[in-house]
Amino acid sequence: MNAQISEDRRIELKEKYAEVFHKTPLQRALPYVVSFSILTYMVFAFFFFNIAGVISGAKWDRAGLYMADWVSWQATPKFRFKDDAIQLQYPRFSPLGENPNPEWITQNGDVYRVTFGSEQNAIEVQQGLVTVFVDGAVHEVDITKDAALLPQGAHSSMSERNGRVRVFFGFEGNVEIRNTQVRVWRRFWGWENFFFDPASPYWGKSATEVVGLMFSGERLDPDQSNISLAFNNFLHNAEWQHLDVFVKLLQTIVMAFVGTLFAAVLAFPLAFIAARNITMSKTSNWMMKRFFDFLRSVDMLIWALFFTRSFGPGPLAGISAIFFTDTGTLGKLYSEALENVDDKQREGVKSVGASPAEVQRYGVVPQVLPLFASQALYFWESNTRSATIIGAVGAGGIGLKLLEAMRTGTDWENVGYMVILILLVVFVFDAISNNLRSRLIGNDGH
Amino acid sequence: MSASASTTDLNPESKQVFEHYRQLTQTRRLYSVLTIGILGGLLFAALWFAHVSNSGKFLDRIPYFFDFVLNFLPDEPIEIFRALFDLPSPYADGSLKYDYEEGRHYLFGDFYIPEYFYEMLVTLNIAFISTLIGGIGGFVLCFFASTNLVGAGATRFVVRRILELLRAFPEIVIAGLLVAILSLGPIAAVAAVSIHTVGALGKLFFEAVENADMKAEEGLRAAGANWVERVRFGIVPQVLPNFTSYFLLRAEINVRASTIIGAVGGGGIGEVFRLSLSRDHAAKTYAIILLLFVTIVAVDQLSGWLRRKLVGNQAFEFGA
Repeated sequence: MNAQISEDRRIELKEKYAEVFHKTPLQRALPYVVSFSILTYMVFAFFFFNIAGVISGAKWDRAGLYMADWVSWQATPKFRFKDDAIQLQYPRFSPLGENPNPEWITQNGDVYRVTFGSEQNAIEVQQGLVTVFVDGAVHEVDITKDAALLPQGAHSSMSERNGRVRVFFGFEGNVEIRNTQVRVWRRFWGWENFFFDPASPYWGKSATEVVGLMFSGERLDPDQSNISLAFNNFLHNAEWQHLDVFVKLLQTIVMAFVGTLFAAVLAFPLAFIAARNITMSKTSNWMMKRFFDFLRSVDMLIWALFFTRSFGPGPLAGISAIFFTDTGTLGKLYSEALENVDDKQREGVKSVGASPAEVQRYGVVPQVLPLFASQALYFWESNTRSATIIGAVGAGGIGLKLLEAMRTGTDWENVGYMVILILLVVFVFDAISNNLRSRLIGNDGH
Repeated sequence: MSASASTTDLNPESKQVFEHYRQLTQTRRLYSVLTIGILGGLLFAALWFAHVSNSGKFLDRIPYFFDFVLNFLPDEPIEIFRALFDLPSPYADGSLKYDYEEGRHYLFGDFYIPEYFYEMLVTLNIAFISTLIGGIGGFVLCFFASTNLVGAGATRFVVRRILELLRAFPEIVIAGLLVAILSLGPIAAVAAVSIHTVGALGKLFFEAVENADMKAEEGLRAAGANWVERVRFGIVPQVLPNFTSYFLLRAEINVRASTIIGAVGGGGIGEVFRLSLSRDHAAKTYAIILLLFVTIVAVDQLSGWLRRKLVGNQAFEFGA
C-alpha cells in the first residue's frame, strides 16, 4: 500500500485510537500463547493416544480392501485338482447363481483360463501347472505333490508362503495357488444382485425384461401375480435384506419421532412450573430446574443402556432414552423462553379479568408456541441422527444392523447401502424441519 | 370470548371486520385440529409399530421395569465409592465384580489415578482434541461457504454440500471402519467425532460470517487488501468471539458424543460403562454414572461461564 499520511495525522490517529496502537504485552502475546498451547496440547495428545504406535500397527492392506468392498463385489470360484480331472467349484449361495458360466472363465480341453480384466492378465490351470500371465509376461508355477513353486524371476505381484503362491492382479482380483487347489477372487464394480437374488425367477434379467414380465406374460408362480412376486422377491433378497433394512430404518425414525414428541408434550407443562415469572415459588422453580438438569446430564447413552436392560433391545428403549434426555433439554429451553416473554400481553389479559389459567393461555402461549414448536422440530431432526447411534448400543433400529454388518468385515456394500438410506432420511428430515421452522418463526430462526 | 351476543349492536364496518376475524379463527382452528389429528394418528401408528417390533413386549415389561432397578443395587452404598476410587472391597471374592484395585494407573510411588477417572480423562481428551480438529477444519472451510466472501457460485455450493455430508454421515460407520483397520481404541472415536464436528461447526461458523458487518471488509478492499487480508483483518476479528462460543458449546456436546462412541468401540468411559452394566456389576455401574454426571455438569457449567464472559447471554441459543 503506497498511500502516504502526514506525520501530524499519524500522531492524531495514534492518540485517537490509543487502544488499538498500544496493546498491553499480554494482549499482544495472546495469539502466540493460544497457538502455542494448542500445539503443545496436540503433541501431548499424540503421545497420550499413542498415535504413532496405532498407525504403524494398522492393517492398511485391509483398508483398501474394505473401501473397495463398498462399491464392488467378488466371485470366488476354485479349481480342485482331482486325480483324473480339474473340478471347478463355486461356493453355495454364490452371487453368480446355480449354474454359472461366466465369460471370464473359459475351458479348452483340460485347461481352464481365467482372465482378469484383459487378455494380458490371466491364469491357465491344468494338472501340475498353472501358467500366470502378468501384463503379457508368462510365469509358470509348477505344482508338486506338496507345494506350489514360485518360478525364477517371478513378477513382483507374485509371492510365496508356506507352499502357496499368491498373485495379485490389483483391483481385478487375486489368486492363491496350492498343491490341491487354485482359489480365485475375482472383483467387479457395482452391487451384485441388488434387486433380485439368484433364487428369484427375475434374477439375471434386464430391466426391460423384468418390467415386461411384471405387467404381462405367464404367471411365474401360480399363487400370486407377477408384480407381487417381484415385490416379494425384492424385499426378501437374501443378500441385501431390503425388508429388514427398511423396517430397522423405520424403527430409528419412530424412535426419534415418538421420543421427541413425548418429550415436548411433557416438557411443555413442566416448563411453566420451572419458569420464575410464572410459578411464584422459588422452591418449585429450583426443584424443577434441577430435575431438568438431572435428565439432561445423565447422558442419553446411560438412559439407552438402562432401558435396553429393562425393556429388552428394541425401539422402546430408544424412545425412552430420547424421551428422558430431551424432556430435560426441551424443559430447560422452554423455561428459558418463558422467562423471556413480554409481560405486556399478560398484563393486558389480566386487566380484563381473566383467570390465571386464561392469562397463561391467551397471554403467554401464543407468544412462545411457535418457538416451542420450532425447537421441538430442531431436536426431532437432530435425534434422527442420535437414534442411529443409541441404536448401536442395543436400542435396536438401523444402528444395530449397521454395527452387525460392520462386525462381519465383509458386508461393506450393505453398510454403504444403509449409509445412503440414512443420509437420505437425514437430508429429507432436515429440509422438512427447516421449512416448517422458517414458516413458524421466520428465516432468522436458527 | 362472549362477543357474539353483541354483534347486532355493531355498525356494518365493524361487523365486516368481526366476520373476517371469525373466519380467520375458524380456519386456524381447522388447521390446529388437522395438525393435532395427523400428529395423533402418526403417533398411534408409530407406537403400535414400536410395540410390535420390540423384542420384549412393552406393556408386559412395564411392571418389571422397577424390578431391574430395585435388584440392581450394590451391597452397600459405600461400595460405589470404593469402586470409584479403586479401594479394596470387603466383599472381594476374586471375581471381576469386586476387583476394584485392578486398573489403577500408578503415576509415581503409591499415587495412582483410579481406573474410571483415567477412562473419563481419555473420553475428555477425545472430546477436546476432536473439537480442536473439527474447529480448525470448520474455520478453514467456513469462509468458502459464505455468500458474502465467495459469492453464490460453485465454491459455495461444493463446500456447503461437503459440510452437510460430514455432518450427516453416521458417526458409528466412521468409527466402525477405523476400528476394523486400526483395531479398538480412541483414535477411531477421535476421527468419528472430529469429522462430524467439522460439518457442525462449519455450518454455524459460516452463518456467523454471513451475518458479519461488511463495512470493515469494504474499507480494506478500498485500501487494496487482497482476499486473505480482508478475511483476516475485516471478518475474523468480528466473528472470533462467536466462533469461540460455538467452539465451547461444541466441546460440551462432544463430551457426550465421545461417551456414546466409546460404547460402540471407541474406548474411554463409555466402553467400561457398557461392560459393567452388561456384567451386572452394580457398584461399578453406579460409580461410573456418578462420575459421568458430575463431569458433564462441571463441563456444562465451565463452558457456560466462559461463553457468558465472551459474548454475554446471546451465547445461549440452542444448537446441537
